[in-house]
Amino acid sequence: MGRYILRRLLWLIPVIFAVTAITFVLMHAVPGGPWSNERAVSAGVQAKIDAKFRLDESIPEQYRDWVLAFAQGDFGPSFRYADRSVNAIVADGLPKSIWLGFLAFVVAVAFGIPLGIFAALGHNKAPDYISTGISVIGIATPSFVLAILLVVLFSVVLKWFPTGGWKGPDTWVLPVIALAGYQVAVIARYTRASMLEVTRKDYVRTAHSKGLQARAVVTRHMIRNALIPVVTILGPIFAFLVTGSFIIETFFGIPGVGRYYVQGIAGRDYGVIMAMTVIFALAVAVLNVVVDVLYAFIDPRIRYS
Amino acid sequence: MTGSEDVSLADAPTIVELSPEDVLRARGEAIANAGMGRKADHLLEVRGLSTHFSTPDGVVQAVGDVSFDVGYGETLGLVGESGCGKSVTALSIARLVPDPPGKIVAGSITFDGIDLLKLSVEDMRKLRGKEIGFIFQDPLTSLNPTLTIGYQIGEAIKEHMGLPDKAAKDRIVELLSKVGIPRAKDRLKDYPFQFSGGMRQRVMIAIALSCDPKLILADEPTTALDVTIQAQILELIQKLSTEFGTAVLLITHDLGIAAGMCDRVNVMYAGRIVETGSVDELFEAPRMPYAWGLLDSLPRIDDVRGDRLRTIEGLPPLLIDPPVACRFNPRCAYTRDICRTEEPELTVRDSPGHLARCWATEPGGWIA
Amino acid sequence: MATNQQVVGRVGVQQQPSSGVWRDAFGRLRKNRLALVGLFGILFLAFIGIFGPMITPWPYYAQDTAAVTANGFKPIPPFVDPSHILGTDQLGQDMLSRLLDGARISLTVAIVVQFVVIGIGVPIGAIAGWYSGSRIDNGLMRFTDVMYAFPDLLLIILFSVAFRETAFGQALNGLLLVFVAIGLVSWVTVARLVRGQFLSLKETEFVEAAQAIGVSDRNIIMKHLLPNGISPIIVAITLGIPAAILAEAALAYIGVGVQPPRASWGSLIAAGQPFIRSYPHLTYLPGILIAVALISFTFLGDGLRDALDPKLKGKQ
Repeated sequence: MGRYILRRLLWLIPVIFAVTAITFVLMHAVPGGPWSNERAVSAGVQAKIDAKFRLDESIPEQYRDWVLAFAQGDFGPSFRYADRSVNAIVADGLPKSIWLGFLAFVVAVAFGIPLGIFAALGHNKAPDYISTGISVIGIATPSFVLAILLVVLFSVVLKWFPTGGWKGPDTWVLPVIALAGYQVAVIARYTRASMLEVTRKDYVRTAHSKGLQARAVVTRHMIRNALIPVVTILGPIFAFLVTGSFIIETFFGIPGVGRYYVQGIAGRDYGVIMAMTVIFALAVAVLNVVVDVLYAFIDPRIRYS
Repeated sequence: MTGSEDVSLADAPTIVELSPEDVLRARGEAIANAGMGRKADHLLEVRGLSTHFSTPDGVVQAVGDVSFDVGYGETLGLVGESGCGKSVTALSIARLVPDPPGKIVAGSITFDGIDLLKLSVEDMRKLRGKEIGFIFQDPLTSLNPTLTIGYQIGEAIKEHMGLPDKAAKDRIVELLSKVGIPRAKDRLKDYPFQFSGGMRQRVMIAIALSCDPKLILADEPTTALDVTIQAQILELIQKLSTEFGTAVLLITHDLGIAAGMCDRVNVMYAGRIVETGSVDELFEAPRMPYAWGLLDSLPRIDDVRGDRLRTIEGLPPLLIDPPVACRFNPRCAYTRDICRTEEPELTVRDSPGHLARCWATEPGGWIA
Repeated sequence: MATNQQVVGRVGVQQQPSSGVWRDAFGRLRKNRLALVGLFGILFLAFIGIFGPMITPWPYYAQDTAAVTANGFKPIPPFVDPSHILGTDQLGQDMLSRLLDGARISLTVAIVVQFVVIGIGVPIGAIAGWYSGSRIDNGLMRFTDVMYAFPDLLLIILFSVAFRETAFGQALNGLLLVFVAIGLVSWVTVARLVRGQFLSLKETEFVEAAQAIGVSDRNIIMKHLLPNGISPIIVAITLGIPAAILAEAALAYIGVGVQPPRASWGSLIAAGQPFIRSYPHLTYLPGILIAVALISFTFLGDGLRDALDPKLKGKQ
């Protein structure tokens, strides 16, 4: 088991290298440089700037520079925010983004799974219709549309929550709901389908034949087995919530790293772009490993093979 | 209720010393002493059972007006081809028919004097697993892959018998040994996938027997197993049912198994019972063309090599809106007009326990 | 005791009419009401997307400066001006026409992206699955691992911005770029699915039989494996359409996807956002249409999955 985890983690290294290399190349494929949009300066000044930031080197050489710096934990300077290094930007914003994504994940799971279970248990009756109705609304509403609706209703009209910012639990509610809405629906639908599948399994019939109480059959035999496939999609969902939050961050004015990413790409802020890509790719990869390990714990068949 | 368990385990020191009849008698006395006598003539009395399934194509009458008895401690065989309704009959008795789409639409099922179909869902649940055990066909899919076998055997015990943990665990270990799993104590924490097919079926048997039920419904318990293992499992079922005085309703499509295991046999076809009798009566002198066809289709050791196997031509009928007629008549070599217009009843043949459903073989029919 | 051997086929034996896999599935699909609703929604959007722009008086990029000037440079609400049934935005652009253009964009994205996904994912998955265990398989799987590790939106945005200024990126107002970008991150699931199907089908007996007769590898793949394994792939592709529509809308919303003057629903929402309280129609209308598109494709995908699943999902 330990070796399995180790092998998966070791495999991350070449994958991250590949991801960063591709990103680096794509970045530099964009014509123009970090200062193309600003006032044009004389050729001499431009040359000095280039030399300072080693932009006059060849692409592979620049990549090597970046990797070396990265190995020492340095993401380099930000071109756009001249007074701050990328490390500072990341240190400031990343915790907020992760917190937002985490909260959204908890909400999505806490609402999605029970919704799916109740829908399956009340199949073709009221609970099923209600749950399906909620799911349909969830999948039909992109996060930014949901955000708009939430702000209009709860901030402007009802004045229950502020429209943005990131100061205390008040400001967390709307962004988290907007971010989590779609995933609640996805998780609920997946859980429902899995539970319905499990209901027809032979071992459920065996459990009934033993005269067990209905609740015992559901919790011990059905839910545990139904959640196994659901766990496999939770990893990618968590990754998506953490990395896909920049629309919400932009909308609600949350000072996380997502905002910087889009601006960084537009402004050719290489350091920021590379840093974001590495961090998010790492997060996704690590989360996938976590999911696989979790999977092995739940399903003894995997554990023993 | 725990009184009977103590008596049967303590009073019957080993199987070898006591004959099966003695064990049965001891158990009967213990039951009488415990205040629960045999409330009826038979342990299980099924009368006019009909179970229907609603499908997109119509209502399938899977079981139609089925009646039979199972005596206390008796082994009754339910024989027929795939789709004849034998599994549904067993599921109906335990009220495990999935609803929707299935439904028991008529009949009564009397178990030890209690009408099962009139019980509330909760009361039926208390009876299931405790008085009625079920052995399913495929032990691989019938066991929960994520729970240990010790736990799965113990579930019914904990639910129905209220034993303290230590006593329950002892009972589980003992059950496992009884079904022939070596080193039972070490295997309690193992998972189903760590067992072979035959072993898993033994675990299923242990589960079915865990609360010492009066009746075991065994739905093709050996069909999914190798032939050599089949013999072992069947022997085990026979041994245990004799030891504990448990009645067994054995469902199978294999006539050889029925002949070897059962006291009496019912032959089912297209949702109806078409012949019933003791093993000797049925296999020596069957009185219905379907039964003849079944027995005839078995290859014999004195068959000539190169000859074709004998089959019954045609297919069983669809059970959606079945016509009023003998259901076997399209495939029967002996039909006459009456077979196509009226359905025969189960009537007595040579001896009081031997009944058949056929116009031709009735007294006064056209086959002597 | 006579036997039944003399019996010849008799009348009165009820036989079930045999039907093929596809016909059975189609029958089930037809009875699924939600799926039919979804299908209707898709056909509706397709119809108005294809024929709508031909019958509306305004092209999507036209600015009716006269009308909007008369209104004080403010958007015109719906049902007020008969020549602009659904109103206009603050530039005088007719909402109905722009919504229809948005429908065109979304549906085109839905279809084209899936072609990209099929074009990349199916061959990769098929080759990896057929040669499973070999170095080809390992190499391809490592490649999909790398693609899978890329956070999706990041790559889409990076790719979009990287090539935005090029000729490729300018084609069709950025639409071509969006197709490729979204397709690039979406093929991995299908590739894995195809590979999984090949892995399990390879061991089946009918494939063994075909090989024994000497059917070529290519023919085995084309004529045996693909037709049999195609059901979950069809479902995955249909259910991937809502994700593609969402991605395109999100890109347009942040300004990275389809460029003006074309009117993707996402960019309409972004443009309407500042006016949400006074002129909500600018935001609600595209929002409703996005919802219709997403719901329709999801219902249809669900219906397809239930219909193609040989074990009926507990429904009568």
